[in-house]
Amino acid sequence: MKSSKSYKERFDKRGWEECRPMTAKVGIIPEADGSAMFQVGNTKALAAVYGPRDLHPKFMQNPKTGILRVNYNMMPFSGHGERVRPGGSRRSKELGLVIENSLMPVLNLKEYPNSVVDVFIELPQTDAGTRCAGIVAASMALAHAGLEMTDMVAAVAVGKVGGQLVVDLTYDEEAYDGEGGATDLPVAVLPNSGKVTLLQMDGGVSREDLKEAVEMAKRASMQIYDLQKKALKESFTEVQK
Amino acid sequence: MNKEHLLSYLEKGIRYDGRKLNEYRDIKIEYDVSKSAEGSAQVSFGSTIMIAGVKMAVQKPYEDMPDAGTLMVNAELLPLSSPEFETGPPGIYAVELARVVDRGIRESHAIDTHKLCIEAGESVWSVSIDVCSINAHGGLIDASSLAALAALKDARMPAYKDKVVDYGNKTDQSVPMEKEPIAVTVFKIDKYLIVDPIPEEEKFADARLTITVTKDNVICSLQKGGAVALTVDEIDSMVALAIEKAPELRSKL
Repeated sequence: MKSSKSYKERFDKRGWEECRPMTAKVGIIPEADGSAMFQVGNTKALAAVYGPRDLHPKFMQNPKTGILRVNYNMMPFSGHGERVRPGGSRRSKELGLVIENSLMPVLNLKEYPNSVVDVFIELPQTDAGTRCAGIVAASMALAHAGLEMTDMVAAVAVGKVGGQLVVDLTYDEEAYDGEGGATDLPVAVLPNSGKVTLLQMDGGVSREDLKEAVEMAKRASMQIYDLQKKALKESFTEVQK
Repeated sequence: MNKEHLLSYLEKGIRYDGRKLNEYRDIKIEYDVSKSAEGSAQVSFGSTIMIAGVKMAVQKPYEDMPDAGTLMVNAELLPLSSPEFETGPPGIYAVELARVVDRGIRESHAIDTHKLCIEAGESVWSVSIDVCSINAHGGLIDASSLAALAALKDARMPAYKDKVVDYGNKTDQSVPMEKEPIAVTVFKIDKYLIVDPIPEEEKFADARLTITVTKDNVICSLQKGGAVALTVDEIDSMVALAIEKAPELRSKL
């Protein structure tokens, strides 16, 4: 693989390891048992948690444990170009599954047999990194719902654009068509153990690059984790007032 | 909470949350809440939050209206917004909600669709409005209608060149708006008429009537809900209340 870099400066002038501006807020949906919003740049994710509650249809119930069910959805006007037809797609189904797997390792649902914890992720506006933003919001919403968790889950997309490793890609970077192209690598990390719970990739990188990219994701995750903790603490001080 | 208790309050002219019978909760409108949309707005009535987004596209006109742009309204009662809502295709209440909002905009001629014509018989702009619930706690029809209108007012047309829509490039051209139709839904509980109910009140309502009115008090669409009959006098009182409240909602835009 050639080491030359065609991507000399990021489109939005950020540092290679710099995330876009981030905001997090917990408790945005009073009807839900737990809820949160996470925005990174122009990507905004809302998450609501309902449950543990009765699971229907009944044949899905597991008498040994509660189950987690994640629904990922882009609002019809949230896409980069034309309207996104509502009602879900193959992509949104797959993302629901991989997000579910990214959150499951921190939960203990054994106490809630035959029940379900529903997580709904909605995106009102997007500029890449939506599954990661959804995971960050969902993790806060689960904690806000008071569920037993062994860690938070932080997530960020890293990747290689024009030969350069970068953190938190925008849509323009994902679509980079200069020499070296673009590789997109969403990663979810458990901040306290450093373990990885979501790992996907589209593009092409070497073994060394992959290792370095994941390390970059871990470093960025610590920053996201701090923001998650801060937003959760703020939500609880508001209750005390 | 039971109906007798609720009625004993309404008798005194007061609601559970301290409001008067004809009083809305605090109404807030925030514009440009989704940069992905051509226009967007978030409307809150107390804790109820609705978000509306406008997407535009270029399409072939309908054969019977070769020089008119098209309008579509869709509503999503997201399971994120209430424990009552489920995933899956829109239920009957979401379909009704979308159609009531649609008719208010369409029948009032809020949009001058002829100005959305690019080339008669060949290409016209289509305007799609999607309304999504973020927190559903009553008053959804009126909040949705206001959000749709606010999103339309916020919208800027994307650039269109060589038969391609350039979504990344918004012009400063607005959607051609002619009217501001406002939906006011009046609920009848026993002999009392209220607006903007919370779910506890909605549960005991006998009937509702959504009245959409323009600035010059033309009634442009109606929708009766609920399985209890209304007298002509009741309908007239409901319309009067809608005409009284509509300017208040319009002033929030």
